[in-house]
Amino acid sequence: MLELESLTRRFGAVTAVDHVSLKVPAGQMVGIIGRSGAGKSTLLRMINRLQEPSSGRILFEGQDITALRGAALRDWRTSCAMIFQQFNLVQRLDVLTNVLIGRLNRRRGPLSTLTSMLKLFTAEERAMALAALDRFDLVDQALQRAETLSGGQQQRVAIARALLQEPRIILADEPIASLDPRNSRVVMDALRDVNRRDGITVLCNLHHLDTARQYCDRIVAMQQGRIVFDGPPAALTPARVEEIYGVSEEEFEEQARSVPAGLVAAA
Amino acid sequence: MLRGEAAFRAARRQRRRATLVALLVFGLCLTISGMVAEVSFATLAAGLPRIGEYFHRILPRLRWDRLFADSETEGSLAFWFYRWDEWGLLLVETANMAALATLGGAASALVLAFLAARNVSPSATIYQIARRSLEAMRTIPEIVYALIFVWAFGVGALAGILAIMIHTTGALGKLFAEVIENADMRPWDGLLAAGAGRALACRYAILPQVAPNLISYALLRFEINLRGASVIGFVGAGGIGQEIYKVISFNYYEEVSAIMVMVIASVTLIDLLSERLRRRITEAGSSA
Repeated sequence: MLELESLTRRFGAVTAVDHVSLKVPAGQMVGIIGRSGAGKSTLLRMINRLQEPSSGRILFEGQDITALRGAALRDWRTSCAMIFQQFNLVQRLDVLTNVLIGRLNRRRGPLSTLTSMLKLFTAEERAMALAALDRFDLVDQALQRAETLSGGQQQRVAIARALLQEPRIILADEPIASLDPRNSRVVMDALRDVNRRDGITVLCNLHHLDTARQYCDRIVAMQQGRIVFDGPPAALTPARVEEIYGVSEEEFEEQARSVPAGLVAAA
Repeated sequence: MLRGEAAFRAARRQRRRATLVALLVFGLCLTISGMVAEVSFATLAAGLPRIGEYFHRILPRLRWDRLFADSETEGSLAFWFYRWDEWGLLLVETANMAALATLGGAASALVLAFLAARNVSPSATIYQIARRSLEAMRTIPEIVYALIFVWAFGVGALAGILAIMIHTTGALGKLFAEVIENADMRPWDGLLAAGAGRALACRYAILPQVAPNLISYALLRFEINLRGASVIGFVGAGGIGQEIYKVISFNYYEEVSAIMVMVIASVTLIDLLSERLRRRITEAGSSA
């Protein structure tokens, strides 16, 4: 169980996330929707503490995540992997090494840092990575540089990297916003497969309502940093969307897609 | 007059006036600094022929009919370069000094650069300390370091290597840090989100991006250090410089030119090789 208690983040005078409280039971697939600038990304980045909260608390199975430092914080980040809109792979490294990055903080022993610095991985670690790549049909690309892959392939490499962290939660920040419809489907299928088969909790930022309805068990809608809807997909009818956002569903998605330049960094 | 022509002329007048003022100020500064530095055209005019005379003196007295005779015969190439083997060894020592100093300097610059790059530095304090110490290392000329090290470690190549290494650390560290600051930070977020620490994030997210650029800068520095290493021997810090200093001060005219020819030839050769290597590395970096 992941619990957010009155989580808040301010950037100067702007409150990006405003007293958000949320309880996510293990194994749920949650879609977070909202326009760009609604605070979805900031919310996810606070959960793994890439962004520090201004106030509020994050609890995971009773443990206070907001107080973690150093090695404990790194361990927490390892157990809640993140998928990014821009994939965030190391473009000049091969796919296999990119996936093995997921293992770095799982290695123990006095020599682990040294071998990690030298990019030395064991046969077992490579076998894990290759199995993860095989699951997403990418074994043949294992030795190519990440930059030679298509967007959809890169995002699946990122999911394979996340799996090697053996995470309890996956935070997916607009995982399909840079992909075409076909690749979007492949990536969302992969995320749902990870959720169903491995029992990993998935929190996924989306701006496409139909995708959220189709893949998620639960939808959380945000506006101006606040949660304005929380319920099962069936409850988020077009009429409800219009009630929340004051525009029709088509208009909402149109607005969600056109990202205002100034808000990208803050979003 | 066309609309806008008046505005154009006004703008042009303004620009010309600004240029004129700038030129006058520049001229004034140049004159003042010349006076302060005691540049006198009379001295310059008197000295110029002497430079020509010196070059005339160091020229070898070669004779066509004896050009390929042995080293005992005056007028032959072998006579001119009669100590070519010793000088060759000294040149190899000079190149070795430059290579070692570049290698050591680049290695320490790499470590310091990650601390001196704003985007990956652990803290603002460490950033400031790293930046300032890199500045200190490169502001002091290597010849000054060489004098200190000769005093400390005695005459020899070790003093020269250390002197060049410190200067190289300062010079390369700044360049490296600037390359790192321009790196794409998305992989960095990816590494942190996977639970990697700062050192591993530098290794995996930043180093692969910047490595071709860093190697290219280090090779360029090697070319510069090669020239530096040929001079640093003047203060007893090893290499060919010591020999150059000796033959110049003892007025062994022909030997001066012989050594110059060998130095120029070897520096040019290494420059060409290193330039090729650099181009290959940067091309591999950008095309792949």
